[in-house]
This record gives sequence, C-alpha cells and structure tokens, in this order.
Amino acid sequence: MPILEIKNLTHTYGIGTPFQRSAVEDVSFAVEPGEFLGVIGHTGSGKSTLIQHLNGLLKPTSGQVLLEGKDIWAEPKKIRNVRFQVGLVFQYPEYQLFEETVYKDISFGPRNQGKTGDELDRAVREAARLVGVLDEHLEKSPFELSGGQKRRVALAGVLAMEPKVLVLDEPTAGLDPAGRENLMANIREYHRNKGTTIILVSHSMDEIARNADRILVLKSAHVLMSGTPAEVFARGEELLAAGLDVPQITRVAMALRDRGLPIDPAVYTVEDLERQLLALKRGGAPC
Amino acid sequence: MPTMIETESLRFAYPVDEGQKPVYALRGVDLEIEKGSFVVVLGHNGSGKSTLAKTFNAVLLPAGGKVLVEGMDTLDPDLLLAIRQRVGMVFQNPDNQIVANVVEEDVAFAPENLGVPTEEIRRRVDEALRAVGMDEFVTHAPHLLSGGQKQRIAIAGVIAMEPACVVLDEATAMLDPIGRREVLSAVHRLNKEKGITVILITHHMNEAEGADRVLVMNDGRVDLDGTPREVFCQVARLRHLGLTVPDTVDLLDRLRQDGWDVPLEALGVEECAAAVARALEKE
Repeated sequence: MPILEIKNLTHTYGIGTPFQRSAVEDVSFAVEPGEFLGVIGHTGSGKSTLIQHLNGLLKPTSGQVLLEGKDIWAEPKKIRNVRFQVGLVFQYPEYQLFEETVYKDISFGPRNQGKTGDELDRAVREAARLVGVLDEHLEKSPFELSGGQKRRVALAGVLAMEPKVLVLDEPTAGLDPAGRENLMANIREYHRNKGTTIILVSHSMDEIARNADRILVLKSAHVLMSGTPAEVFARGEELLAAGLDVPQITRVAMALRDRGLPIDPAVYTVEDLERQLLALKRGGAPC
Repeated sequence: MPTMIETESLRFAYPVDEGQKPVYALRGVDLEIEKGSFVVVLGHNGSGKSTLAKTFNAVLLPAGGKVLVEGMDTLDPDLLLAIRQRVGMVFQNPDNQIVANVVEEDVAFAPENLGVPTEEIRRRVDEALRAVGMDEFVTHAPHLLSGGQKQRIAIAGVIAMEPACVVLDEATAMLDPIGRREVLSAVHRLNKEKGITVILITHHMNEAEGADRVLVMNDGRVDLDGTPREVFCQVARLRHLGLTVPDTVDLLDRLRQDGWDVPLEALGVEECAAAVARALEKE
C-alpha cells in the first residue's frame, strides 16, 4: 500500500472572485514507503500549493489525500496527528527559529507531540546528530549560528518528531556548493538509515537527478511527467520546452546526439556519459 | 583601459568581543578592475567574497590598505556619497530591497534622493526599466512580481542612479532557473550596451560563462584570477577550494584521464559536445 496517495487533487484560490485560479488541477500520484521522490516544476507550477496539502495545511477544493490509505480530512479534528506524521520543511526554514537555545528549538515539535523526559531528550539529540548539529551548539542561541547551521537546526526540529514522510522544499537554496553537498549527504544518510519516505522539491535538476528514485514534473498545475530520472531526462526536449532546466550533462548528451552520435540522452551524471563515450570509442568509429 | 576599482593590500576584520583576536575576512587583496569589464567572483562560504564586494562602495571600510573607486579613496568621508553614486549594489533577497508600492516609484527612489530634476527622473526611470526588460511593469505593485522580476527592479533602481559599476552580491541565489537567466541576461546587456562595469558574486559556476574575468577567493585572498577558461582548467585546485567545476569541464577532465585528446577549456555545452565529437572522429 502506498504511504501517501493523492487522488484527483484540485486546489482553487479565490473562488468566486475575479482572481479565481487553480494552482493544482486534477493531480494524482502515489508515494511508496521508503521512496525518495523528487518534485520539480518552475515557479508558479503549483509545487508549493501541492506540498501544503500533504500534511493538511491546505484543504483540497476537490480530491483526496490518503495517508496510509486513510483520507486525512476524514476526521478534521485529528489533522494535528497528520502533521506529526508528515513533516514539512519550508524554504529558508532558518527564518522560523525562535527559541532561546538550539536544544529548546529542536524540542518544540516533539514536546507538542507529548514526548517528555528521556524520550524527548533522545529524540532531540538524535535529530541533531543526524543533520550534523554539534553537541556544543545545543546550548547556544540559534541566532549565533551561521546560515547553514541554522538551517540544520530547523531541519532537526522537524526530524525530532520522527515523521513517516519528510517533505523538503528547496532545502539547499542559497547554500554554497560544499554546503549543498554536505546537507544532501546528511539527508541521504537519514533516508538510508531510517527508511523514511522523502519528498524533495527542488529547482536544481542536478540535485534531483542525483538523489531521487523517481521524479514528478509539474507544469501549470498539472503533472507533466513522472518516472525514474533516466525516463524523465530521456524527454529532455520536452523539459526544456516546459521552461525547465535539464542537467548540463544531459544537454551535452543531447548535443552529441544532434551530431549523429549514438548516445542515449537519458544520462544525468558525468560518470554515465563518460561510460557511454568510452564504450563508443571501444566499439570503433561511430556511424 | 582605465581602472574602475583598485585595491591595495586590502585587509578587513569583523568586530569581535573585547579581548578576542580579530579574524581577518580579507587578508591582503590587490586587485585592479578595468572599466567596462564583467567580473565574476567565486568562492565558498566564508572565503571573503561578499566582504570584498562590500568594500567596493564603502559599505565596509578597509582595516588595512585601501580601496580606490575611480581614484577616490573610500576612507575619505567627504567622498562617500560620490563613491556610492558611482558603484551601486544589489543584494541577495529580492524582498528586502524594494521600498515603494509602485515599480516606477521604487526605481525613482535613488535619483529623487540625489535631487535630480523631475523630467530627468522620468527619463532615467523609463530608460532603466527598459534596460532590464521591465518597461511593461512601470505601474505594477512590486510584491506581485516574481523573484527574477523583483531583482530586475532592484537593478533598475541602481541603474537610475547612472553608476559606472554595479556589484551583485549573490543576487541570483534565491531565484529559480528562469529568474536567474532573466537577471543574468539583463546584467550582460547593461555591460555590453551601456558599458557598465559588472561585478557578480555567485556560487553558481555556470554564471561565470561569458564573463571577461573570474576571481576565486579563498581564505581572504584571491586564489585564482583569469578568464573563465583559464580558471576552470584548474580542476584539481577548484576542488581543493571546495568548489565544483561545471559538468562540461568535469567530463572533459575525466576523458583526458582516460587518454582522450580533448581540450579542457570547452566550457559551453555546444563547445564541449563539439570537442568530444571531434575526438571520436579522429579514431
């Protein structure tokens, strides 16, 4: 059974006003337990509206969101439980830090869940460790930390609730290349060790290509395509036409194919293209 | 070429608590930036690149050495206003830089403060918005625009001051790929058509494509300095500095290690594909 299933979801803003507009229209997809799903789409494609439905921050205009087979709005009073199970990390989450110490900030969520004493302490420390927040920082004010560290603290605050599904909206935006790679490595490790389902929203095709098992591409409120990275990037021309970026290396593969070389354009890592080119060279001159 | 900005053994330290040793963010930078050039500054977090940018229009003042803007010393308080009119800055967050409720009023903010006559302000605002491709949005409300559009308004606000140089401090970091392309093409156009010196601070290696010069900062000093080709060829050095190289260069570097005869400096997608295809044909 999918852990999360979206059925014919439509969300319309400003119903009955001249500004009425559907940000998400008849979108359906399922997420399997333990899956790493990447979601891409440019600004205005409906990404943010969509993910705010996953933990019940927005209510569908029509359609359903099922968590482990149950409609999350079946009992509206219990929506709070859904928010503990589906953890949502917004863009620039470091702006949401508010507590006096890093420790208190991370413990805010699990405390609201009813965790106390040793259980609370364990959840906070484990979450901090998972994202690389140092022990010596726990008693500091979060506002003394650097931007990258603040972001880790904010992420730890959601992980400490031990959600079954973790939704990350542009977790690496604004970080430098080393910071991006570090944070993604932490997230990959968390995914590997905990088996938590992860939904990663990103503008960076390279980041999605490198991490996701499956990719969902949104365009003007609809699902444009979904599939493995190789399947999606094989349709590079369509992605470019939709105003999306494809990884630079995929564009090189496409350009090579335009030159008549028998290259599979469904590559998205430098290693893959290198392997293909080496095979091509061994196989003698290309046609 | 006349010089736009010159630094001489520039040093800078952020204030620390009493009794603690100052940590230098810039530890001896000697640079000469030519008028009309397009310079990209790269470096990992904490390398000093934003600090350097802020010394260019006297937001930060040197703790040692000096910065000369068209020959004007930023340490001379009497020249402060003149310097800031010559070098404009655009920052990272599009939402923090807009002051007015209407696009044209926002762009007019700087010339109004400079006491420019009304008709002249009108002319400058229209021209600045045209230069960044936002002339259709003259009477729009800035908060309803996209990030890329807001950044272009911020750039227009700087242009309306008619500066000789624009410094963009990670101005594309918070934008999506389309917004990033809009801003980049706007600044490239300003550089080509108006001859404005552009200094672009960024994390995105790809944005260095098409620049005249690339500076890589590390530990408060300039570590690499050259054309994009010259800089990106130094694959090992860039990696050592915590930076990635563009995928094109990475591929060519790997193929060279596999014994292929390909150049390293084919930075663009087309160039790279052409180089690879040529190497295959030779077989």
